[in-house]
Amino acid sequence: MHVVLAQMGEASWPEIFDIFTFRGGWNSSVALLGTTLLGIAAGLVGTFSLLRKRALMGDALSHATLPGVCVAFIIMVALGGEGRSVPVLLFGAACSGVLGVLTVQAITRWSRIQEDAAIGIVLSVFFGVGVVLLSRIQSMEVGTQGGLSRFIMGQTAGMSRRDAFIMGGAAIVALFFTIVFFKEFRVICFDRPFAQSQGWPVQTLDLVLMGLVVLVTVVGIQAVGMLLIVALLIIPPAAARFWSERLSVVTILSALIGGISGYLGVITSSIWSDMPAGAVIVLASGSIFVFSFVFAPQRGVISGVVNHLRLRTRIACDHVLRLMLEVIEEQRGIDQPEAAVVEASRIVHARSWSPLMLALALGWLRFRGMLDKRGPSLVLTTQGATAAARVTRNHRIWERFLVTHADLAVSHVDRSADMVEHVLSAEMVAQLEQDLALDDPLPPSVHEIGESPAPDDDR
Amino acid sequence: MIALEDILQIDLPAALSAIFVCVTCGLLGNLLVLRRQSLMGDAVAHVVLPGIVVAFLLSGSRSPWIMVLGATISSLVAVFLIECIKRFGRLDAGASMGVVFSILFALGVLLLERAALDNVDLDADCVLYGQLEDILWLEPTTIGSLLTPQVWSQAPREMVTLGVLMILSMGFITLFFKELAITMFDAALAITQGINAGMLRTVSMILIAVAAVASFEAVGSILVIAMFICPAATARMLTDRLRTQFILSGLIGAWTGLAGYALAAFGPMVANRMGLISWDHSLSASGLIAVLGGVQVALAIVLGPRHGVISRRIRTLGLAVQIAREDLLALLYRAEEAGADGLRRRWALETVRVGVGSRMAPRLAMRNALSRGLLNGDTEMISLTTEGRSKARTLVRTHRLWETYLVRELGLRPDHVHRSAEELEHITDTRMHSELDKQPATTDPHGKPIPEVFETPDGAAL
Repeated sequence: MHVVLAQMGEASWPEIFDIFTFRGGWNSSVALLGTTLLGIAAGLVGTFSLLRKRALMGDALSHATLPGVCVAFIIMVALGGEGRSVPVLLFGAACSGVLGVLTVQAITRWSRIQEDAAIGIVLSVFFGVGVVLLSRIQSMEVGTQGGLSRFIMGQTAGMSRRDAFIMGGAAIVALFFTIVFFKEFRVICFDRPFAQSQGWPVQTLDLVLMGLVVLVTVVGIQAVGMLLIVALLIIPPAAARFWSERLSVVTILSALIGGISGYLGVITSSIWSDMPAGAVIVLASGSIFVFSFVFAPQRGVISGVVNHLRLRTRIACDHVLRLMLEVIEEQRGIDQPEAAVVEASRIVHARSWSPLMLALALGWLRFRGMLDKRGPSLVLTTQGATAAARVTRNHRIWERFLVTHADLAVSHVDRSADMVEHVLSAEMVAQLEQDLALDDPLPPSVHEIGESPAPDDDR
Repeated sequence: MIALEDILQIDLPAALSAIFVCVTCGLLGNLLVLRRQSLMGDAVAHVVLPGIVVAFLLSGSRSPWIMVLGATISSLVAVFLIECIKRFGRLDAGASMGVVFSILFALGVLLLERAALDNVDLDADCVLYGQLEDILWLEPTTIGSLLTPQVWSQAPREMVTLGVLMILSMGFITLFFKELAITMFDAALAITQGINAGMLRTVSMILIAVAAVASFEAVGSILVIAMFICPAATARMLTDRLRTQFILSGLIGAWTGLAGYALAAFGPMVANRMGLISWDHSLSASGLIAVLGGVQVALAIVLGPRHGVISRRIRTLGLAVQIAREDLLALLYRAEEAGADGLRRRWALETVRVGVGSRMAPRLAMRNALSRGLLNGDTEMISLTTEGRSKARTLVRTHRLWETYLVRELGLRPDHVHRSAEELEHITDTRMHSELDKQPATTDPHGKPIPEVFETPDGAAL
């Protein structure tokens, strides 16, 4: 599993630079190019598998190739060969891989066993057949079975020119089909019945897609090994998915990530000869995945947390403003709300806020110039007063709507309005005003504004 | 000839270990298969490697307990990470599993490579393939000696561990059967009944992880997946009841373990003696056990008594024959209404075939109707007997009553109801009959008369 330089051990900087630019000697350049192309192909093809939620089918596929390889080996030896011809072994792998996929489909179609169990059955039983055959092969008096271990753990060292060409060829085939059939693949992924109703040959397209997956898997097993090839088919598309909602962008990104992972993996392995290339490739793509998972702008975790916090703060701010206005209304009426001074304690005790949320809300309102703090009291600014009026108006309009149109009792509408007041759009408000024949700047509340704490979803 | 002593010392512990593994995994596998989490076994199988390697690197010891602990911890970490990615990354379950376990596995491979460089020998192969054949019990010399406790005190560690695990699993499932049953099918209901579903799920996962890790040593990681899924899947095809499912999967597991081992160890020898093959060394026992498991699943899928492919086809054919027979009778009745005495046999068969869609069904139906005395016929023509006529009359009456109902009560147009009535007439039971009978109509929407059905004093319909 190592791509080894002419000398063992660490390389010097000029040598490293050479490696990066494909000049580090024939072997490593070939391995580098081949593996990068493999990564690109896997990224392309894996996108469609991921979208169809068939990601782990690739695992069953890769494990199912073992018996095919063993059978091919046994047949070659029986026919007098040495058993090391790679194309024949790959052909055997492809055959049994395809058989595995078809078996999964047969199981799900003809029995009530679910797809995940079917994948597990094929994965393990086919592998078991391979293990039994292996135990036979190991006792055969035949020279080297070393080629077989390559298939399981992978090995980018000793990647011959022909191997790299095979990978390059596979990559080009994958690229070609993806580009030509992009529209068709896209429809099949998202709306298969529609494609059928439009008369597209969905079965054939399914087969083509499966063929591409088999191609990439079988070719990739040599580089990354059977146990890890599934990673290249799943991780780059999953990472790319975080960055865009558009399929074309995701596909291109996935290919890029796959290619970069392959590139980095082989380079690392050639610089530090004790790092197995296959594992590093997977870890490289894994790191990109983790980075995407955390930092991606819309779907990433951090972005999600920030958005969530922002939403909660906005809601809390709205509640503070409304509360202020209601207190002012009760104290002295809603004329000139900017002149009123409200004790902070009245706000604090009106709802069951968490101290953090309340502090955030107050801080944000003061930052935006909607609220002023004067000692232990709070004062609305003009801007704040307008905002408060809007929210309170929304709240009360919605309450009226519920009472008149939904026949709810007046004591039951506050909670719903509490949530809806934040999301009523201007058009909606205009329509409601028309419906309810309202033209009050601030209609009175339908219920008494009590002292019991409002629902505690401000925590 | 093989010495009894060899069998007791080499084969007995291995076979027993295999049986223990298969029963444990067969029983616990139901918890995965029925919850559609079969591939969790796959995930655990892949993440055990980094767990073992990290445990070794951190502790410096190769004690099996440390390895088991490390592997169990890494399984639980993996499960946690998979949940995180599913929830926060909004990736589907399969992809989340694939991402987590392949990254962790790659990490394991990397660390293994580093550990190997420190001149330490951690055998990755054994984790993959297992080493059933290496479990030896050097004490028993005769069958009688198995009864002495001194012999048992020297029993191999792996076998004893697996045996204990098996008893633990059986105990867990027996004790908590009711709770497990409810939690598996309706977790929300379980919680309202006061059962801590989350805790039960966690304990199950821990048990599964420990069983998996302990079994890896014996049969290898990939093949543990087979044992988690295959007995449970086979049992699933054979029964609909949960208790039977558990018992069956345990029994199937036990049998598979025993037979698989015996086949692997002695099969080639026997085949060689019989002259079938030229070699006689034993094959990989764990591989053969997995293969046997898969074969049984396939057999159950095809031959299962109720849900098997063959059984379902037979039932479907039976239904088709029944429908074809009724169609035939109704066809002849309508022909008689139009004035014919009978129908050409071939034409009748063809017409019914178009309606039923199968080629065999109409022919079988015809033969059946003739033998039951519902039809008279020769090679050219067929006609109704008295009994056939009364049956046909009931059918046509039902058909026309349905048409009346559909037009009157559902407001369908008269030219839209024939098809539905065609289908409904075959599945109308007595209660529906009595509802239909309540309609005060004598002709159907197409103007045809609705046949009366009279009852003779002894209850038979005329």
